[in-house]
Amino acid sequence: MKITLKVWRQKNAQDNGRFETYNVADIESDMSFLEMMDVLNQQLIKDKKDPVAFDHDCREGICGMCSMVINGHPHGHVKATTTCQLHMRSFKDGDTIVVEPWRAKAFPVIKDLAVDRSAFDKVIQAGGYISVNTGSAPEANSVPVPQDMAEKAMDAAECIGCGACVAACKNSSAMLFLSAKVSHMALLPQGQPERKKRVISMMKAHDEAGFGSCTNTGACEAYCPKGISITNIARLNREFLSAALSSEQPV
Amino acid sequence: MKLDAKIPAGNLEDKWTTYRSKCKLVSPANKRRLDVIVIGSGLAGASAAATLGELGYNVKCFCFQDSPRRAHSIAAQGGINAAKNYQNDGDSIYRLFYDTIKGGDYRSREANVYRLAEASVQIIDQCVAQGVPFAREYGGLLANRSFGGVQVSRTFYARGQTGQQLLLGAYSALSRQIAAGSVKMYNRHEMLDVVVIDGKARGIIARNLITGQLERHGAHAVLLCTGGYGNVFYLSTNAMGSNVTAAWKAHRKGALFANPCFTQIHPTCIPVTSGYQSKLTLMSESLRNDGRVWVPKKKEDRLKPPQQIPEEDRDYYLERMYPAFGNLVPRDIASRAAKVVCDEGRGVVKSGYAVYLDFSDAIKRLGKDVIAARYGNLFEMYQRIADDNPYETPMKIFPAVHYTMGGLWVDYDLSTTIPGLYALGEANFSDHGANRLGASALMQGLADGYFVIPVTIAQFLADEIRTPPINTNQAAFAEAQNNVQAQIDRLLGIKGNKSVDDFHMALGKIMWDKCGMARNAEGLKQARKEIQTLREEFWQNVLVPGTANEFNPELEKAGRVADFLELGELMVIDALNREESCGGHFREEFTEDGEAKRDDANFQYVAAWEFTGTGKDPQLHKEELVFENVKPSTRSYK
Ligand SMILES: Cc1cc2nc3c(=O)[nH]c(=O)nc-3n(C[C@H](O)[C@H](O)[C@H](O)COP(=O)(O)OP(=O)(O)OC[C@H]3O[C@@H](n4cnc5c(N)ncnc54)[C@H](O)[C@@H]3O)c2cc1C
Repeated sequence: MKITLKVWRQKNAQDNGRFETYNVADIESDMSFLEMMDVLNQQLIKDKKDPVAFDHDCREGICGMCSMVINGHPHGHVKATTTCQLHMRSFKDGDTIVVEPWRAKAFPVIKDLAVDRSAFDKVIQAGGYISVNTGSAPEANSVPVPQDMAEKAMDAAECIGCGACVAACKNSSAMLFLSAKVSHMALLPQGQPERKKRVISMMKAHDEAGFGSCTNTGACEAYCPKGISITNIARLNREFLSAALSSEQPV
Repeated sequence: MKLDAKIPAGNLEDKWTTYRSKCKLVSPANKRRLDVIVIGSGLAGASAAATLGELGYNVKCFCFQDSPRRAHSIAAQGGINAAKNYQNDGDSIYRLFYDTIKGGDYRSREANVYRLAEASVQIIDQCVAQGVPFAREYGGLLANRSFGGVQVSRTFYARGQTGQQLLLGAYSALSRQIAAGSVKMYNRHEMLDVVVIDGKARGIIARNLITGQLERHGAHAVLLCTGGYGNVFYLSTNAMGSNVTAAWKAHRKGALFANPCFTQIHPTCIPVTSGYQSKLTLMSESLRNDGRVWVPKKKEDRLKPPQQIPEEDRDYYLERMYPAFGNLVPRDIASRAAKVVCDEGRGVVKSGYAVYLDFSDAIKRLGKDVIAARYGNLFEMYQRIADDNPYETPMKIFPAVHYTMGGLWVDYDLSTTIPGLYALGEANFSDHGANRLGASALMQGLADGYFVIPVTIAQFLADEIRTPPINTNQAAFAEAQNNVQAQIDRLLGIKGNKSVDDFHMALGKIMWDKCGMARNAEGLKQARKEIQTLREEFWQNVLVPGTANEFNPELEKAGRVADFLELGELMVIDALNREESCGGHFREEFTEDGEAKRDDANFQYVAAWEFTGTGKDPQLHKEELVFENVKPSTRSYK
């Protein structure tokens, strides 16, 4: 296959950035999208040009590191797929493909296609945990968890924190990400003691990090590589309302 | 140097309990004054950093990814072992200990392994309390599955994403400490040297990967939780960034490197399809619970569609060769058997390097839904990559480099041979001997971080309470920083003709061909020469684009490959030295009836190597292994 790429190049956070066009030949349909980018980079390096910087690590769709907007779609047009698991067989010989970074105020560009997602860490630090010191845990089977609850919690916990939901949202909201964590913990008995405090403080951190608000367009769910359901956002809203109503402090 | 493993006296069952009741402690007021650096935020690093933070130490934690949650542990699929005996199938701490020692082919330390088995029980409690959504039975209690090399069902799992869920648990504990201010997190930082002052580890030099700035960080102790070095083979199931640099820099500063040649080749991975491939994907070992491995009996059938090959023409070779364990033999044995049948010309893809993993019997027996519930996400992953539906056509699989049992030598306290420098998780030479059992790496990483290091580190830090914060203006820091800077300048200055990947790929090929699933003296000797030549060429002809003071992934890679080019040579030397076959180390000269032949009389030791200079013969130190509880026997899974 031969592919034409229009790739976003931006030297650093201060640079304005622009698209550059590259032709890549000898692409095999079994290659992953990132392997195709490797081919481009090898070509650039040998031409003594600057290779395209992009984030990636596990290349198995689980670490959440890779993050490219491909022809306007976060992680590309194939459903429930990360960029690293997108294969060139999903494109046609001669295609022109536009590649951009996640675009969101809360995710500033570091270089080219790599962005800074530390805002996600801050949201988790605000309460995405159960306060249990090492060594103080009770016997694991002392608290049974109904199987369907455990499964539902797992459905939410599968979030890989890649940020595609933010990139897909016209408001750059991280509600899907936030709701996945809140749901995961709210569904489990272990998450109950801090349930109310957690949702209030994580919501606050979300807004402070510069993420926008949710207007229910559903783009996040459509682009989530792990198929995290938007019903989690509904749960988040219920959790937040009930926590806010019963809170003694104004929220 | 005399290696002292510092194994506590007493009965095996009492060692750890006695140790804990008699060991030194650091008071809360003093903990606040002690700084600890943790490199790595995988299961080992995140659990250690979180727990040390909870205890009150001042912790700094580093990782090279953009978030601690992305450490390579996230990719672990199948599960984590623990001796809970919830299935009432005869499991116990002793049995987990015994299985691990036997699975490791009697090349690990009894006391450490027993402690690991003891800690396994607490790990599950801890993770459940953190909210890890393990699989459960209808009654709401925890579910288990079986893994290779054992006859009990003791593996806890969260679908096919156990590593992810355990890491997110540890990451949440770490995040809580970051919020509390007891841990300061440094994302996108790479440690490039350890600073040793008066014989003790006192800090590190790290590069801020965004700005390229070199930073000095001082501490009373440094923990390396930096994962394994399987990427020395270029193609492996490890994440692209997994590397040996932290451990190797420590080795160059005097920490001994143990059993470097012990590599685990995992039997069930998606086969290599062509030269552009950047990594290999594991298909969890749990699949062997229900999948049957086979190749055609006749060579001429190898490219026929598998459905057209009748039952009597199939060779379920694992069931045939190892009736007692069948498809669930340990990894080293399953991998070697696949190599044997492929070398006989019966491999099932064009290249000849693949075998079938077939679910049709299981689907007939249990129904498609049950199989989908158990392995759905793995099947999906397979289909995505291989473009083939495993519900209908058997998976094609082949062994791939997966895990490294070797690593920095540590004593019972997890201390390397440099006082104050510790190694945890896959980075140490660990508890898995010459072969790791499935679902035991997650267990070890978390045992080291949650339960072992928080106790053992006090043996060192209790004597450091009078040491003020480490001043990073000392000469040793300046010298280490200059050396790091010099290496970066040198890499950027060569401006040769070959990319870093070209060298990495060439190294990988040497390692796979000559120091992979089967090794022999002649090949290993050749490999050493080839690696030396390749290394020389690298330092004359590598092309690293860009500059030092920017985000420069190629420069990061170059530094890592430079270290792999030294490590590879040590692995070959170690493999050559070990004139026996044990676990994942299979020397073609040392076999009996085609099976590995161990030599306990001469090689029942840990080979710990001391660095003497690049390209020079390293010095061997032996830690003799003493078996007081288990009698080494020939491993039989027949
Ligand atoms: C695909 C796959 C599946 C697996 N499945 C299982 C399983 O089911 N069960 C099981 O028990 N085991 C499994 N394993 C093995 C297991 O996942 C690993 O051995 C284990 O997770 C390693 O954990 P760790 O904490 O030691 O290192 P890692 O998780 O690799 O973490 C290393 C950390 O060190 C950091 N780091 C490294 N070098 C530097 C440096 N120089 N500077 C700064 N930071 C650095 C990294 O950023 C990272 O945070 C699997 C492995 C693979 C590859």
